[in-house]
Amino acid sequence: MTEQFDYSLVDWSRAQFALTAMYHWLFVPLTLGLGFIVAFMETIYLKTKNPEWKRITKFWMTLFGINFAIGVATGIILEFEFGTNWSNYSWFVGDIFGAPLAIEGIMAFFLESTFIAVMFFGWNKVSPKFHLVSTWLVAFGANLSALWILVANGWMQFPAGMHFNPETARNEMLNFWEVLFSPVAINKFLHTITSGYVLASVFVVGVSAWFLIKKRNEQFAVKSMIVAGVFGLLSSLFLAFSGDTSARLVAQKQPMKFAAFEGLYNGSHGAPLMAFGVIPGEKDSTSQNYLSDIKIKIEIPNVLSYMAYLDPNAFVPGINDLVDGNKEQGIMSATEKMDRGKLARKALREFKDAKKNGDTILYNQLKAKFAEPAFQENYFKYFGYGFLNDPKDLIPNVPISFYSFHIMVLFGFYFIIMFALVLRFIYKGSLFRKRKFLYLLLFSIPLAYIASQSGWVVAEVGRQPWVIQDYLPTVAAVSQIDASAVQITFWLFFAVFTALLIAEIKIMTKQIKIGPTEGGN
Amino acid sequence: MFESLSLLALQQYWWIIISLLGSLLVFLMFVQGGQTLLHIGKTEMERTILVNSLGRKWEFTFTTLVTFGGAFFASFPLFYSTSFGGAYWVWMAILFCFIIQAVSYEFRSKPQNFLGKKVYETFLLINGALGTILIGTAVATFFTGSLFSVSDLNSSRWEVASHGLEAALNLHNLSLGLAVFFLARTLGLLYFINNINNRPILDRAYKQLWLNAIPFLFFFLTFLIWLLVRDGFAYDPVTKVVSMEPFKYLHNLLAMPVVTVILLLGVVLVLYGLFMAMFKAATKGIWFTGIGTVLAVFSLFLIAGFNNTAFYPSTFDLQSSLTIENSSSSKYTLIAMSYVSLFVPFVFAYIYYAWKAIDKTKITEEELNNEHHKY
Ligand code: HEM
Repeated sequence: MTEQFDYSLVDWSRAQFALTAMYHWLFVPLTLGLGFIVAFMETIYLKTKNPEWKRITKFWMTLFGINFAIGVATGIILEFEFGTNWSNYSWFVGDIFGAPLAIEGIMAFFLESTFIAVMFFGWNKVSPKFHLVSTWLVAFGANLSALWILVANGWMQFPAGMHFNPETARNEMLNFWEVLFSPVAINKFLHTITSGYVLASVFVVGVSAWFLIKKRNEQFAVKSMIVAGVFGLLSSLFLAFSGDTSARLVAQKQPMKFAAFEGLYNGSHGAPLMAFGVIPGEKDSTSQNYLSDIKIKIEIPNVLSYMAYLDPNAFVPGINDLVDGNKEQGIMSATEKMDRGKLARKALREFKDAKKNGDTILYNQLKAKFAEPAFQENYFKYFGYGFLNDPKDLIPNVPISFYSFHIMVLFGFYFIIMFALVLRFIYKGSLFRKRKFLYLLLFSIPLAYIASQSGWVVAEVGRQPWVIQDYLPTVAAVSQIDASAVQITFWLFFAVFTALLIAEIKIMTKQIKIGPTEGGN
Repeated sequence: MFESLSLLALQQYWWIIISLLGSLLVFLMFVQGGQTLLHIGKTEMERTILVNSLGRKWEFTFTTLVTFGGAFFASFPLFYSTSFGGAYWVWMAILFCFIIQAVSYEFRSKPQNFLGKKVYETFLLINGALGTILIGTAVATFFTGSLFSVSDLNSSRWEVASHGLEAALNLHNLSLGLAVFFLARTLGLLYFINNINNRPILDRAYKQLWLNAIPFLFFFLTFLIWLLVRDGFAYDPVTKVVSMEPFKYLHNLLAMPVVTVILLLGVVLVLYGLFMAMFKAATKGIWFTGIGTVLAVFSLFLIAGFNNTAFYPSTFDLQSSLTIENSSSSKYTLIAMSYVSLFVPFVFAYIYYAWKAIDKTKITEEELNNEHHKY
C-alpha cells in the first residue's frame, strides 16, 4: 500500500503552520514572563507605597499590553489551523487533542481577558488589592493557557493514555490524567514557560540598559533590572535543568530526534557529546552506511550516554542504527516497521470493507484482532510507518536540528552568566560605568528570541516525519485542498503578520523612548 | 456524576453547550456591530469615546469565539475537520477579519503605529462588517447544507473547488448573514446608549437605531419563515439513514415545545428592548434585546441539532451528513470535558464581577482624559 501524496500541498501547509507558529512565538514568551515581572513590581509598590514603583509597573504594563494584543492576533489562527490545514489530523486525534484546546479557552483565556481589562482600566476604579490580584491573575492565566497547549503538544511527541478504535478510525482517550501528567508534557511545560521568563528578563534588563546608556531615568532602570535580574537568574538556572530533563526524555521517547539534534550518526556505548561540529551535506557521504559520520567536531567522551541514560557506558543509538536496525541492541529496522505498519493499515481497510459488505464473520474476527494486545504491540504500534515509502523518510533534517539545538544550549549558558554579572555589578555599584557591558545587555535581547525560536525548531523539525510520533506522519495529516490555496494564504499571512510586526516594533520603541513619564499618580 | 449518562445524553449535553456558546457569541458581536458605527462620532473625541467603549469589551467576544472553536473541536471533532478543512476560504476570511481586529484597539492611537489611525479603524470596520456577515452565512449552512463527503475512515473532502465561498451565493444563507450584521449593529447601538454618557453621540445612536433595527427584523423574519417552510435533513434514530423531510424545522419546533417557548420568549425580549429604546428612549434596551438574542439563537441551534436532525448536512452525499451522534468525541472524552464544563458558571461569575467593577461609571470625555490606558 504505497500512495501518492501531494508533497507540494504538504510543504506549503507545513510552511504556513511554521510561519504562523513562529510569529505567534515571537510574542508569547514575553507575555509569559513580563506578566509575572509586572506582578512582582506591583506587589513591591503595594508593599512600599513608593509611587516610583507604580510608575515602573505602569511602564512595563504598557509594553505588556502592546505585545499582548499582537500575541492574541497571531494566536487565534493557530487554533483554527488544526482544522483548516490539518483536517485528517483533527479527526485522527481530535478526541484527545481537542480537549486541552477547549479547556484552554474555558479555564485560561477568559481569566486572562477578563482580568486584563481590570489591570488596564481598573487603576482608578477598583481597590489597590483587587487590582494587584487582577495583575497576578493575568500572569497566571497566560501561563495556564501555556499549560494546556503544551499538554497537547507533549502528547503529539509522546502519545499516551489512548487507544485506537477501528470503528471510528481514530485514537480515543482512555485516561485524561495520563495525557495531562505525561512526563513529556509536564517537562515541556516547565521548560517552555521558564524560557519565557528568561526571555522577558533579558528584555527588561536590555531595555533598562538602554536607559542607563542614555543616562535617563536611572533609578527606574536599576530597579527594573534588579527585579528582572533576580527572576532571570533563577529562571535561567531552572531552564538549563529542565532542558537537561527534556533531552533525557527525548532520548527515551524520540530517539531519532535525539540522534538528529546531537548529530549522532552511528550509535555506540559510552557515546560522546559533540560540543561543536560541522554537518556534511549528504553528497560528501563516503561511509559504508549511506549516512556519513561528522568529520569536523569537538567531542567530550561518555557525556552523551550519561545525559541520555544517566550511565556513562549506556548505548545511544545513532541515526543509522534507527534506520537500518541493530540486532545486538534489539532495534528494529525501519523497513520492518514499515511492513508492520502496512499490515496494520491493511487490517483496518479489510475491517471497513467487511463492514460495508456485511461480512459479519470477518468483521468480528478483525474487530477481535484489533483488541488483542499482541496485535496492538506488534503491529498497530507501527501504524504510522505504514504511510511511509522510504526508510530514509524517517530522518529529520539533521543540520537544522543540530545547529538550532546547539545555539539554544549555548545561549542558555550565556544567559546564566549574564544575569549573574548584572546582579554582581549592581551590587557593587559599578554597572553605570560599564558601558560596553550595557551595550552587550541591549544587544542580548535578540539572542533570547533566537534561542527561543531555535527551541521550537528543535522540537518540531526534529519530530519529522511525524505529526503524532509513530502514529501519523505529517504527509497523511493534511487537509485535501489545493496547494495553491495554501500558497495564497501563506503569503497573506506573511504580509499581514510582517506589517503588524513592524507596527509592533515601532510602537514599542516609541513607547520605550517616551519612557516612564506618566502614571505615577 | 456524568459517568451515568448515556453517550447520546452526553452528545446532547455538549450540543447544548455549543449552542449556548454560539448564542453568547452572537450577542457579544455587539462589539463588531459597534465597530461599523464609529462614524456616528463626529469629532476626534467622540470617536475616541466610541472606540474606548468597545475596547473594554472586545476581548470577551474574541475569547468566546476562540472557546467556541475549541469546544466544538473537543466535542464534535468530525465537524471541525470537515468544515474547517473543507470550507477553507470562508473560515480563512473570518480568521483574517479577527486577526486584524485584535491589534487595532491597542495600536490605533499609539504614536508611530506604522499604518496610521485610519487603517486601524478600517480594520475594525472590516472585522465588524465582513466578520458578522460571514459568520452568519457559515452558520446558515447548518440548515442549508454544503457539498462534502466523508469516507468510511472518516476522512472528509470538500467536493467543490470554491471551498466554502459557494455558501455566500445561497440567498437563504445570506439572509442570515445580513440578519446577524444588522443585529450586531443594533446591539452595538444599544450598548453605546447604555455605556456612554455623551449627548450628541446618544442622539445619533437613537436615530441610527431605526436604520438598523428595521433591516434586522426584515432579514431575520425572512430567514426564519424560510427556515420553517423548507425541507430539512432528518435521520432515522435506529438506522441512522439521513433523508429529506418537508417542514423539518417546523416539526422540530412542534416536537420540542420548550424550544418553541425559548424562541418566542427570545423574540419578544428582542422586540421589547427595541421598543423601549426606540419609543421610550430608554438606556437599558441592551439587556432585553441582548438576552432575547441569546435565547433566540440558542433555540435555532437546538433545532439544527436535536430531534434527529443532521446539524451539518451534506447536499453532495446525504449519508455523509454530520449528526451529533456520528461526529462526536468518544464517551470518555465527553465525560472528561463535561467535568470541565462545570467551570463555566464560575467563569460567568467572575466576568460579571469584573465587568461590573469596570462599568461602574459611564464613559465620558472627562473619564477618558484621566485614563492612563486609552485606545
Ligand atoms: C540551557 C540549556 C538548554 C537545554 C539543555 C535545552 C534543551 C531542550 C530540549 C532537549 C528541547 C527539545 C524538547 C522536545 O523536543 O521535546 C528544548 C526545547 C525548547 N527549548 Fe530549550 N534548552 C536549553 C536552553 C533554552 C533556552 C535558553 C531557551 C530560550 C530562551 C529555550 C527554549 C526552548 C523552547 C521554546 C523549546 C520548545 C518547547 C519544548 O519542546 O520544550 N531552551 N530545549
